[in-house]
Amino acid sequence: MSRSKGLSVQSIVAVGIGSALFVILGRFGSIPSGIPDTNIETTYALLALFAILYGPIAGVLIGLIGHTLKDAIFYGSPWFSWVIASAVVGLIIGLASKRLGIEDGEFGKPQLIKFNLYQIVANAIAWFLVAPTLDIVIYAEPADKVYTQGLVAGASNIVTVAIIGSLLLLAFAKTRTKQGSLTREA
Amino acid sequence: MKMRMLTYSPLDSPLHRLSGAAKLIFFILWAVTVMVTFDTRSLLVMLLFALILLRVSRIKLRDYAFVLYLILIFFALNHLAIFLFSPLEGVSLYGTRHDLFPIAGRYIVTEEQLFYQFNVALKYVTVIPMALLFMLTTEPGEFAASLHRVGISYRIAYAVSIALRYIPDVQRDYENIACAAQARGIDISRKEKLTRRVRNMIGILLPLILTSVQRIETISAAMELRSFGQHRKRTWYNGRPFTWMDYFVIILIILIAAVSTYVTFQDGSRFYNPFQ
Repeated sequence: MSRSKGLSVQSIVAVGIGSALFVILGRFGSIPSGIPDTNIETTYALLALFAILYGPIAGVLIGLIGHTLKDAIFYGSPWFSWVIASAVVGLIIGLASKRLGIEDGEFGKPQLIKFNLYQIVANAIAWFLVAPTLDIVIYAEPADKVYTQGLVAGASNIVTVAIIGSLLLLAFAKTRTKQGSLTREA
Repeated sequence: MKMRMLTYSPLDSPLHRLSGAAKLIFFILWAVTVMVTFDTRSLLVMLLFALILLRVSRIKLRDYAFVLYLILIFFALNHLAIFLFSPLEGVSLYGTRHDLFPIAGRYIVTEEQLFYQFNVALKYVTVIPMALLFMLTTEPGEFAASLHRVGISYRIAYAVSIALRYIPDVQRDYENIACAAQARGIDISRKEKLTRRVRNMIGILLPLILTSVQRIETISAAMELRSFGQHRKRTWYNGRPFTWMDYFVIILIILIAAVSTYVTFQDGSRFYNPFQ
């Protein structure tokens, strides 16, 4: 292992594959919620899961690289303010990764609550604060408009991650072997 | 499920011959300059320059036409939203008011608003040709090398290169899983009710994520066996040495950025104001 400097090999690969998943789900994985211009973006549930699995640095990079590539490949040009917001989501949710221990197959009620607290804070900061503020600074868009957009996007992402993200984590934890799950046979 | 995406097409033009690093530096400085300025004059000059480059690059319109439709839709919605939320934004920015005609209630079309929204549009339009050029003329493999060249850690550059390499694979996985799920009657199209649809989506996401996690383990084991990350530096198969053209392009963009920023802030404001 070359843990000495910077990212571990596993994190590098996780960032690469995670960004590829972000791109594909960002394009195909959004479900219209019935409210105009508000989609259920399953890609943020994926970002949350990968941030939990691989930590905050991987979370930031997946948000940054995944969102930039998605915008660039499908829409011709990255919308920088929202790219940075995605990175913030990955960072803050990633901070919870050490406290959850999902690789040990532990995912009960306390972990579920902790995960959701982190994701609500992450999405709130990113979409209610970072994205609209950067929209104003970079693109000088009207404040009313960008804060409303941020409010809608943030709320819908919080709900999406709360439902799909939590279910994915629960299901994922079940596929891991629990620590200390072996018992000695008499 | 057909997907249109922007991909590199091997052609021979002066822009294709430039090294990826020079183009990356050019694009980044270009984007930052456009973000900073709200000066109509420098934006118009830059747009003209970008369109000339697009012409020089010999890229065909059909390679990126589909993106233009998406951009147009996004554009229309965005500008409608700006007007709906803040019909007098331009008036408060430019400090004067010239009414053209009223629509209803507080919605009055003013010259200032039209000019402001024209500038917002212009800012966006000026970045697009450069982004398109960068993506269509740079080989993905060389892209990672150029990221490293401009000072980004090679680990991160490698992550980007893995992402580009695996987007088609992940897409194939997604399609296979979605088709297999549909064959078992798990529908994610709009024929299902919303709650059902979300639940079915999870049925597709979980296998996709599990295969991806497995893939991460395989790839990182393979990379570790080949001693990836042992040294502080690495070389790139696709890396190209700088030629005089590359240096010329970098000097050019620095000049463009400096002139545009000077013109913008010469009157002490970020906005060019023709109304005073």
